[in-house]
Amino acid sequence: MALRDSKASGTRLLLFMASIILGIAAVVSIQSFSENLEENIAIQSKALMGADFLIDSDQLPNERVWAIMDSLGGADAKAATFASMVVFPNTGKTKLVSVRGIDGPYPFYGELQTEPALAADQYQESGGALVDATLLMQYDLKVGDSIRLGNSSFAITGSLISAPGTGGIGASIAPPIWIPYRSIEETGLIQTGSRVGYDFYFVADKDQDLQELDRVVDPMLDIENADLDVHDTTGQRIGRRYNNFAKFLNLVAFIALLLGCVGIASSVHIYIREKLQAVAILKCLGATRKQTFLIYLIQIATMGFVGGLIGVLVGLLLQLSFPLILEDLLPFDIAISLSPKAIFLGLLLGVLMSVLFALTPLLGTWYVSPLQVLRIQENGIVKSRNASLLVGLAIMAFIFIFCYWLLADLRYTLFFVIGVLVVFAILSAVSILFMRLVKKYFPSSWGFTARQSLLNLFRPNNQTTVLILAIGVGTFLISTLYFSRDILLARASIEDSEKAPNLVLLDVQSEQRKAASQSIDEAGFPVLDDIPIITMRMQKIKDSTVREIIADTASSINSWILSHEFRVTYRDSLVASEATVDGEWPQTNAQANIIPISLADNVARDARVGIGDQIIFNVQGVLLQTVVAHIRTVDWARMQINFSIVFPSGVLEDAPQFFVLTTNVPDVRASAQLQQTLIQQFPTVSIIDLRQVLTVIEDILDKIAWVINFMAFFSIFTGIIVLIGSVRTSKYQRIKESVLLRTLGAKSKQLLRITALEYLYLGILGSGIGIVLSLMGSFLLARFVFDTVFVPSWVPFLVVLPGITLLVLLIGLLNSRTIQLTKNVVASPGENRESRYRL
Amino acid sequence: MSEILKVNHLGKIYSSGSKKLRVLDAISFSVTAGETFAIVGPSGSGKTTLLGLCAGLDSPSEGTIELCGTNLGTLNEDERALLRNKEVGFIFQNFQLLPTLTALENVIVPLELRGVKEPAKIGMDLLDKVGLQDRFHHYPSQLSGGEQQRVALARSYSGKPSILFADEPTGNLDQETGDKVVQLLFDLNKEANTTLVIVTHDMELAQKTQRIIGLKGGKIVSNQSVAVS
Repeated sequence: MALRDSKASGTRLLLFMASIILGIAAVVSIQSFSENLEENIAIQSKALMGADFLIDSDQLPNERVWAIMDSLGGADAKAATFASMVVFPNTGKTKLVSVRGIDGPYPFYGELQTEPALAADQYQESGGALVDATLLMQYDLKVGDSIRLGNSSFAITGSLISAPGTGGIGASIAPPIWIPYRSIEETGLIQTGSRVGYDFYFVADKDQDLQELDRVVDPMLDIENADLDVHDTTGQRIGRRYNNFAKFLNLVAFIALLLGCVGIASSVHIYIREKLQAVAILKCLGATRKQTFLIYLIQIATMGFVGGLIGVLVGLLLQLSFPLILEDLLPFDIAISLSPKAIFLGLLLGVLMSVLFALTPLLGTWYVSPLQVLRIQENGIVKSRNASLLVGLAIMAFIFIFCYWLLADLRYTLFFVIGVLVVFAILSAVSILFMRLVKKYFPSSWGFTARQSLLNLFRPNNQTTVLILAIGVGTFLISTLYFSRDILLARASIEDSEKAPNLVLLDVQSEQRKAASQSIDEAGFPVLDDIPIITMRMQKIKDSTVREIIADTASSINSWILSHEFRVTYRDSLVASEATVDGEWPQTNAQANIIPISLADNVARDARVGIGDQIIFNVQGVLLQTVVAHIRTVDWARMQINFSIVFPSGVLEDAPQFFVLTTNVPDVRASAQLQQTLIQQFPTVSIIDLRQVLTVIEDILDKIAWVINFMAFFSIFTGIIVLIGSVRTSKYQRIKESVLLRTLGAKSKQLLRITALEYLYLGILGSGIGIVLSLMGSFLLARFVFDTVFVPSWVPFLVVLPGITLLVLLIGLLNSRTIQLTKNVVASPGENRESRYRL
Repeated sequence: MSEILKVNHLGKIYSSGSKKLRVLDAISFSVTAGETFAIVGPSGSGKTTLLGLCAGLDSPSEGTIELCGTNLGTLNEDERALLRNKEVGFIFQNFQLLPTLTALENVIVPLELRGVKEPAKIGMDLLDKVGLQDRFHHYPSQLSGGEQQRVALARSYSGKPSILFADEPTGNLDQETGDKVVQLLFDLNKEANTTLVIVTHDMELAQKTQRIIGLKGGKIVSNQSVAVS
């Protein structure tokens, strides 16, 4: 019976189905891709690390670490990695790079891909360098040319195409250059203050239990400021990072699915209302409530299953494009395969969400009286309040459980569900309010066509609210993306004034400081900052030594505090990016035994210290007793040199230190010239051009925005399908009206105007509310999360609003073509019928 | 002969807010099995309400109805539906065919609800009897009014009901078509020996039954036997 009935309602059920296809496709594609990503990372975890496990540290290992490494059979290869400037002698150009000195046949797994291929085996022996392939292309270099790193020159042995642990976002800022480990010392690049990462790579025995090794050895190394990482946990960490992004995309896809479900609920409501008479007939002929309910439940569930199936297929096809879309954001290639879990999820979502969202209108069949066969009751669908409430709760529970499954965080799930509800509620409330206001203050003075199109928004079976919801949510998502991008870029942007530094010289040694300042001055640029930096570690926090805290499993002090090498400065006052939270700025007192210091609030929080607590620092062997006198907030996102710990002047002046100099150069060319001059004079100094960094950030944000936009368009497309569905649903009614109007003398142009204006109202209202909501949300985001001034981009107003309105108009008109073409003949209510009645 | 329908002190009151409207008042009558029976009266006299109550489509406010030996007041909605499916047939003024099913599918709905396997043969035979052998796979919207009522007629007899309720069966048809449908109704009724209860304001049609009760203002004003020719 369900099948027979659905046969005649095929087109309409197909449209219901289409509402969820895109949402399911989006969820399945992301889910399946995440699964593939996880699998690939698990498979490639050894290749990503290039070894079975490694021991790393940001300082040369002490005797105890060497002893541990020896007890593990000694490292099979080692590497030292640091940032530096490379000079290309042919052109004199310079660039910040990531230098990697390698000793040993690393990598042991995965491939060191070079051009020529033999270069991978020869560079260590020949003493040459492997240079990032993109860098070679950008600077027009070839194998055989030379580069200069610090005090040494290297011949380019090969171009570095891929290697374990390279690629991804980091390579855009500092591309990799590999040299033999033994050549590092000659470059003179490792000096006081240099940030160097030392990695010791191990190949495990076949039967070695790596997890056990991690469990036993890692805590021993933690005490010595070193770490042990095994390949699979490193893989899991990388996987988690990308999974977080995938989770976010999944939520965007889920919104598209929710939107489709709202479309289903609305369409099924109208569908069931039209079926109530048939339900009454069936009941009259002896069908029980369960039988009639099941007829339509089976129809909806089947529709959900088929929709889910098509969605799964589309989603699986779609995920094939993801490696291309995410190519620049991923550090490795991904092999795509079918994910049974994602397929099951798609089908389950299809059936479950269709049924859940259709249940409220479906309940109407339960309460239809067979007496309706004799008397047509105009009271529409009667439902039990309790049953409707239960269905509502079931929907909420499902959304909550699904989101929790995606996010695995109760707080975020709550925020997301409440956020979605608020947006949906505001959009619905505004559309209802709008209709009430128009009804109350109906513009009676308007012309006939304008009035008629406005009246169409209130027609029985209208889907004005659901359409505004669909268009609004889609627009909201896209606009929020634009606005968020504005906020992030505004936070990262460099102040466009001569006083704002845009070129930073790092690792300037004491003996280079004066000459470097002079060179900048001679080039005609100001030295804006001359910041001393001293490196130190925490030795004792309050009454416990760091070793005791590490050994104490109950300690709530964050572990990074205990192993971190802090870069500390000294000065007399706060800078622009800082604000006092507690205490008073530490005053200089060279005689005091205990030195008052200022901590950034995040450090104070993670170290569990407050005003008056004592901390002992180890400054290259010398212990300094300090007391927390001041706690401040630091705006870390500002493009300037920030510090978590600041000493007062007059204490650290004689400690071994290095300097950071900053200047402002007006353009890219002047910046390149100054960099060349400085690197020629001071080859060991690293220079960061903040403008270049900003370009990289912009580029990354663009790539991420592209991916998110791609997902947001699913909402818009779902909205379009809901729109087509609604036009189709009201088609017969519209045709009847058009016939009436034509009979009364309406011209085609007038009919067209009525329809066009109706969709214009819908488009403007939906996208307008979406943008305004997004503007409000972004303002709150900027004010309370990023603490920045929000200057919205014009793109959503100038492009998104008219674009989406036009799209709605076009879809509406295209689907109303048959209505426009209608003469004074009207088709019968049953579609696909031969007979036609004259009015 | 046994009584197939027994109505005792039946009353129906509709409430609208604080207002109460009595539609039927102290109605009592009975119909014997195989009898043809008409309920007549002007518009608003309560004919259709009485039919709905007798067929178990609605519940009375007062009194009892015994249909096929079962007191309808003791049954819930689903039990009444099962009783209708087994014992009752219907003909409506506006045909009430399911628009999404073909003529044949419409005819066999009561059988399918009952779980009869392969009911198509029965349906085809019945459609053949009502002269629609070439309309099996036509949808209601592709049939004329007379044809639709003949499909409804075939459907009403498909479940071999003990009693058939007809609500203004010719109300939506022209005289000629109406006459043909009435002829078919009585022919099929005679063949199946079914009890026939017709609600009509058409006295000519009512005169074709064995007994007529007249309703006015919700009360029985006449109860007379007719000499059937």
